Order: sequence, then structure tokens, then C-alpha cells
Amino acid sequence: MLFRIRVRTGLRAIGHGVCATGLGLLNVPVLALWLIGLVLSPMPVLGADLLHVTTVVVRWRADLERRLGELAGVPIRRPYLPSPDRAEQGGRRWVRWIITDPATWRDMSWLLPGALVSVVLGLITVAIPAYGLAGVLLVPLWLFLGDVWFGYGLFWPVANLAEAWLALPQGLIVIAGGLVVAPLLRRVDVLFARLFLAPTSAAELRLRVAHLTTTRSDTIDAQSAELLRIERDLHDGAQARMVSVGMTIGLAERLVRRDPDAALKLLAEARASSTAALVDLRHLVQGIHPPVLAERGLEGAVQAVALHMPVPIEVTSQLPGRLETPIESAVYFAVAEALTNMARHSRAHSAWVRIRHVEGLLAVDVGDDGVGGADAARGTGLRGVERRLNAFDGTMTISSPPNGPTVVTMEVPCALSSPKI
Amino acid sequence: MRVVIAEDLTLLRDGLTRLLEAFDFEVVAAVDNGPALLPTLLRERPDVAIIDVRLPPTHTDEGLKAAIAARTAIPGLPVLVLSQHVESLYARELLTDSGGGVGYLLKERVSDVEQFVQAVQQVAAGGTALDPEVVTQLLGRRERLAGLTPREQDVLKHIAEGRSNAAIAGRLFITEKVVSKYINNIFTKLGLPPSDDDNRRVLAVLRYLGG
Repeated sequence: MLFRIRVRTGLRAIGHGVCATGLGLLNVPVLALWLIGLVLSPMPVLGADLLHVTTVVVRWRADLERRLGELAGVPIRRPYLPSPDRAEQGGRRWVRWIITDPATWRDMSWLLPGALVSVVLGLITVAIPAYGLAGVLLVPLWLFLGDVWFGYGLFWPVANLAEAWLALPQGLIVIAGGLVVAPLLRRVDVLFARLFLAPTSAAELRLRVAHLTTTRSDTIDAQSAELLRIERDLHDGAQARMVSVGMTIGLAERLVRRDPDAALKLLAEARASSTAALVDLRHLVQGIHPPVLAERGLEGAVQAVALHMPVPIEVTSQLPGRLETPIESAVYFAVAEALTNMARHSRAHSAWVRIRHVEGLLAVDVGDDGVGGADAARGTGLRGVERRLNAFDGTMTISSPPNGPTVVTMEVPCALSSPKI
Repeated sequence: MRVVIAEDLTLLRDGLTRLLEAFDFEVVAAVDNGPALLPTLLRERPDVAIIDVRLPPTHTDEGLKAAIAARTAIPGLPVLVLSQHVESLYARELLTDSGGGVGYLLKERVSDVEQFVQAVQQVAAGGTALDPEVVTQLLGRRERLAGLTPREQDVLKHIAEGRSNAAIAGRLFITEKVVSKYINNIFTKLGLPPSDDDNRRVLAVLRYLGG
């Protein structure tokens, strides 16, 4: 098993080495293209757009290298500044955005050395197994060509047929060596690329600020939308009903002496309206902050939701304390949404929720045995959940292959308050 | 009939007291916080306790916890739990000791005075009175209650809400005799052995809640 894995990773690394070599050779024309774009950029009409296009090409090339890095187990993050707003796009602003981004210049400085390293290492990666292959095929080659025109390994030149046969085990050893070395060479290549292509600590900070700005504005948008919804619900629901209650009671007051029966009927009506107002309010409260969440915390609230689902749901929880209220609420709604989706789409027979808190990270898994194929991009609900979790630096990932099972994992870094008594 | 009330909002506490006294209940104590509730219940041993789920100081589920604790100390102590919202989770916790004498209603049910007083009496007599909302919440998912016909489910629903055979007959437009036939079918299908009828009704509801 281990042998097969080794062989497979080795072969994959050799394949990546070939790709890296080809792409490395591409670096030279890409660099030339960009320099032309830079020189022509002051041109009044098309200059700025030309620079923009060539920069896109360079970044595409750098992204391919980052992708190779990821494949070799060295993820490299994109360092670029966010592009200008739509209103400000085009012309001079493109140029300023590109020129002022240090990542642009780091890309440039990588293109040539990166190409050199990639090509040299890539060739070595390919050459070793190729040489091994030559050893394995030495005898057939010899018979085919009918002449000893080269030697192999320890025997150079090959003197007789016995030595030629010995090339076979040597070749195998060389192939094995090549398979082992290939992933290491790939690693060296992408580590070198990372020196240039990964964000510097300043760029990391900039990216972080950009992320925080986006999530903050998302949060504020979501919050004001939520307040608007609450206002409208109150206005059209409970408030309107209470107005009608007041009116009905007022009418009953006027009628109570003249026509007690009619007054009685009106009072009953008023009571029914007040009950309906309470139903409205209860639903509203449920959507803002479910009472069971306030009373029992995340675990109890999830259990309460699970109880209403059409399939049995097993809830396990290891939370030694209470979470902060905003996080508790965000995670609760996330779990509720995931369970609702499960009930609606998965055709599952059973599901489970697992809540745990390890090393400052709250992790919640929601899984089912349904048909799979869930996709966050399709459901607006899950997108909303993701945005809500993002506000707390949380993440949501969905694993849902066709035929299932589906597992939605939510993670939020957070602290616990004092343990439950 | 001696009653203990636990409710933190003065307006509602006084309203409840006034309402119950108008129907000849004797309110022996009216508590406004969680910690005082359990000792009061143990001291007064009322015929029925009417308890709000959410009480100071933490405003979480202290009322519910006190009710469950009191029923552990005094098995079968009738409690009627009131809340602004109902959770089947809580209903299940209240009913797990299967002693009967349990009610769980939305606060707004108080506005239908007669029905509310009936529910209080029902609970005091050892019956159950679950809010229709709880029952509907559970009905949504309880298709698993195997073997019961829709009509039998209807009857079971009314039992859960604490109605007598006569009341069920009135609601479903059938005779009382037919109702008791349905009820016997339910007991048989749920595998409840013949015993004291009231207790079996509670057990049937429990099975209904527990799935």
C-alpha cells in the first residue's frame, strides 16, 4: 500500500515537474510581453489597457505556479491588492493600481530566476527516471541497434552481455531513486517560488484589512436588513393587530350599555386579535434570538431544533461552558439552516450534529446519510450563513459528493465563558 | 384548592392571582424569583403550582428546573408550566417521570379564562394539559408513530392537550363510546398494559412525545 502511494506521488511529482518546466520556459515571453506593456503604458489611447491585459497574463502565470505549489503541499496565498471599484476602473487608475502594488514587482523579479530553477529542477526530475528507463531497456536496445555504442551505470562502456543484463537492476534502482527524489525537487521548486509569490507580512496585513473591511460591510448590511425586516414585521403584524384591539375595545365600550351582546362579541374578537398579535411576536422573537437559545445555550437549542426535524438526529456536544452570545446565535442559525436544508433536499434517513470546542476553536459538524450533491453556491441560505460566520472569522465547508454523505463543517475561533455549574 | 404561583412580572403575577381567586382557588404563595420557588413548593405542598419557565436572577429556564426538582422531591406534584414560547424539548423533560399532573401552556392561553381554569383543574387532578402548539410541533414529525390511523392520531392529540373523553367526542363530532373505542385501540397499538386509565393516558402521551 505504502509502496503504491510512493509510486503514485512520485509519478505525480514527475508530471508536475514536466508542467513546471514548460511553464518556466513560458516565463521569458511573459516577462517580455509585460515589459512591452509597461513601456507602452504612457500611450494615450490603449496604453493603460495594454498594461492591464499583460498584468492579467502575468498574474495568471503566477497563479498557475501557486496552484502547483498547492499540489506539492506548499499553499501560496495571493498577495494582490483588491482591484479598484467598478466606478474607478479603466485608464490611469488601472496603471496606478498595478504599479503601486509591490506584488506586481515581486512577480516580475520572480519570472526569470523562477524560470531557471523550475527548468533545471524539472529537467533533473525527468532525467533521473529517464536514465533508469534506459538501463531497463538496455538489452533490447542493444539487440535492436546491434552495436555497443554506450555503457551503463558501473559498466561504462558495457563490455559483454552479462554486464548489459546487469543494467536492468541498476535501471530499476535509478527509477526508484527518481520517484523518491521527484517530490523533494518539486518542493524545493515551489518553496523557491513562494519566496517571491507569497504575500509579505505587510501584504498579509493589507489582505487582512481588506478581508475585515468586506466582512464588516457585509455584517452592517445584514444587520440593517435585519432591523428593517423586524421593523416591517412589527409594523404589519403585532402593531397593526394591537391597533385593531384598541379600536374593537373602544367600540365595545360604547356598546356595552346599549347592546351588551354585541359588546361581548366585540370583546371576544379583541381577545382573538391579541392572541394573534402574540403569535406574531413569538415568531418574530424566534427569528431574532430563539428563547431556547437564551435559556439553554447552543446545545439545548440545537436539540430543540433537532426534535422538530422529520428524521431522527443525534446531537452530541462537548462544550464545557457557554459561548459568547453573538457567536452562539450565528452558529445556532447556521446549524438550523444546515438542518433545514438537510430535511428539504437530502432525502436522508438519519442525521447527526457534533459540537466541540478544541484549542480555542468551536467546530460544529452537521452530517446526514442522504443523496449528497449539496452546493453552497446554489443555496442563498448557506451563503448567508457563511457571511454571518465570516464576521467572526469563522468558516463553513461543505463536503457532499454525489450519493452522499453530506457533511457541513463550521469552525469559529472563540473563547468559552466560565464552565456550567 | 391551594395554588402556588411563580411569575416575575408583577402585572401577570397579580393578574393570575386575581383570576384564580375569582374561580375560588386559594393562592397560598406568589413567588417572583427562581431560588425562592423550590423551598416554597416543598413547604406549602400546593394542590397545583403555576410556574413561569423564565425567572430571575438568570432569566433562563430556572422555573422549569425548579418544577422538575420539586417533582423529584414530591413525586406527582401537579405543576402547570407557563411560557412565552413552547418547546417540545421542555415538554419531554417535564413528562419523563411519567407521574402525571403536568401542564405546559403558552402564557397567552390564560386569556381564554375558562379553558385555562379547566387546564389548571385537569393538572391538579393528575392529568396532562399540553399546549396545542407543542402538539402540532410534534405532529409535524411524528409519522413514525406506527400503526395509528389518522383518526386515532387526532384522538391522541386531544388526549395530549388534556381533554376528557366527553370533550374529545364534542370536538370530533362522534359519540363518547366511539372515543373510548379509539382510545383502547391506541393503548393496544402502543403496547400499554391495562391499568389505571389516567396513568395510561399519560403514558400514551409520553410515548407520543418520546417517539
